[in-house]
Amino acid sequence: MNKTVNQKAWFLILPVLVLVAFSAVIPLMTVVNYSVQDTFGNNQFFWAGLDWFRDMLHSDRMWNALGRQLMFSGIILAIEIPLGIYVALNMPKSGFWSSFCLVLMSLPLLIPWNVVGTIWQIFGRVDIGLLGHTLAALGIEYNYTQNSLDAWVTVIVMDVWHWTSLVALLAFAGLRSIPDAYYQAAKIDQASRWAVFRYIELPKMAGVLMIAILLRFMDSFMIYTEPFVVTGGGPGNATTFLSIDLVKMALGQFDLGPAAAFSLMYFLVILVISWVFYTVMTTLDKREGN
Amino acid sequence: MADIATPVVAGEGDMTIEKPRRAARRYRPSGSAIVMALYLLFLMLPIYWLLNMSLKTNNEILGSFSLWPRDLTLANYAKILTDSSWYMGYVNSLIYVVMNTVISLAVALPAAYAFSRYSFMGDKHLFFWLLTNRMAPPAVFALPFFQLYSSIGLFDTHIAVALAHCLFNVPLAVWILEGFMRGVPKEIDETAYIDGYSFPAFFIKIFTPLIASGIGVAAFFCFMFSWVELLLSRTLTSVDAKPIAATMTRTVGAAGVDWGVLAAAGVLTILPGALVIYFVRNYIAKGFALGRV
Repeated sequence: MNKTVNQKAWFLILPVLVLVAFSAVIPLMTVVNYSVQDTFGNNQFFWAGLDWFRDMLHSDRMWNALGRQLMFSGIILAIEIPLGIYVALNMPKSGFWSSFCLVLMSLPLLIPWNVVGTIWQIFGRVDIGLLGHTLAALGIEYNYTQNSLDAWVTVIVMDVWHWTSLVALLAFAGLRSIPDAYYQAAKIDQASRWAVFRYIELPKMAGVLMIAILLRFMDSFMIYTEPFVVTGGGPGNATTFLSIDLVKMALGQFDLGPAAAFSLMYFLVILVISWVFYTVMTTLDKREGN
Repeated sequence: MADIATPVVAGEGDMTIEKPRRAARRYRPSGSAIVMALYLLFLMLPIYWLLNMSLKTNNEILGSFSLWPRDLTLANYAKILTDSSWYMGYVNSLIYVVMNTVISLAVALPAAYAFSRYSFMGDKHLFFWLLTNRMAPPAVFALPFFQLYSSIGLFDTHIAVALAHCLFNVPLAVWILEGFMRGVPKEIDETAYIDGYSFPAFFIKIFTPLIASGIGVAAFFCFMFSWVELLLSRTLTSVDAKPIAATMTRTVGAAGVDWGVLAAAGVLTILPGALVIYFVRNYIAKGFALGRV
């Protein structure tokens, strides 16, 4: 849509600006403030320059957490995106069953995150959980509180359970926007099922899939509650992702300086990667608009 | 991109290319149906298990392993609904969630209108900057929020949590509403101004009814995201405004975990979403995608 140039529109934005400034900018400035100061307690602070940033860049703890985080986000994206597309392709197109699937699939998305954790904590327990009990009955040794591999598998399956539907719903919305004529043309050309997917459905879904990847990347990168409830970051530090480590540092040990430096770098990484996704997304949007 | 709100009649032109397959579908279950059934089973099993446990006594949970409650009991639910320290958790959550929804919509409506109708200095940057707040990890904000709200005397109040959740809900609401408003032709605005409507009168009498579904969807998602969030709401409260999600940790006591009550509390937190999901089913993708579908 061609928009009118009107600088007075700023007045309409003003309430949002004031609110977001209060709830985002002020707290962020506090973080910046802490990141360049050190304290001996008693609320006496002194200038520490960029020491904390230097410390954090040389800290194994942060690099390990970042490594685990990247691996986690990579694995869940690699599973959820293809699986979500596959589910979307198999969804009923309209009528009662379509609504039925939409409603049931949305259900996990609307469950409070700590309850998601609780559900899987219970589900995976060997003594009272269906999953743990079944695996034990099959003779598979499984214990997510002791074995790091089991903990990883549990956290990943939980995330797939929780969020694959989001990818599927977005892909489904993309599929529904494809006009019938495209399929008819493909039929006349006797295109194979794969060709239809590769040359019609996938390009048409590209826009929504970028959104799905952006959202899943962002949200998995700041995941906290679900793994915290299930594993508490353990066994050892096996599932301590960035947010869990940060909360431990800031609210647990009250290491304000390092935690603040950590926060800023963490936020920066998310911003940079999201900006890349966002740019690709808007470019795709424009191309489709023409 | 076509609005998913208007269900495109894609049903007739089914995905299947060859005709024979469609005829065969009547007699045996198709591959798609099997895939969907398996996927839905995978989604529902853990939820069923929670429901199953909430209807059992602790003795049965720990003593025997059964796929359905042998000794059906509603005692776990009764305990939550009669103990004020339990049900106040729900009340507290509802209060701050409703406050947050109202605040978010009130500030987002004019802003979304501005973004959808006008171009002005820095509009694109501002729009992206709003999105960055949705990307901000709550863990980064937990401590500064705690200090900010403590210093102005709002710690452990509902409004503190409601304002904190604006961090991600205001951008969400702006983006969703902007998506819906773009679908309303600009000619409607112009005609109304020619007819002599002032901006507020036009906005309330003409524009708001046109995007009523958008407002509903935005409200639903603000409600939802505020309801599911735990880290910030737990950090900002201690007693008076403690959310249900944090109350659930109470089940871990000296005598072990009270699994039945924990499961019942979990089931009760799923209910609000489950009750209204049917009404927003066609917009759910749009809402989660911040209005970009």
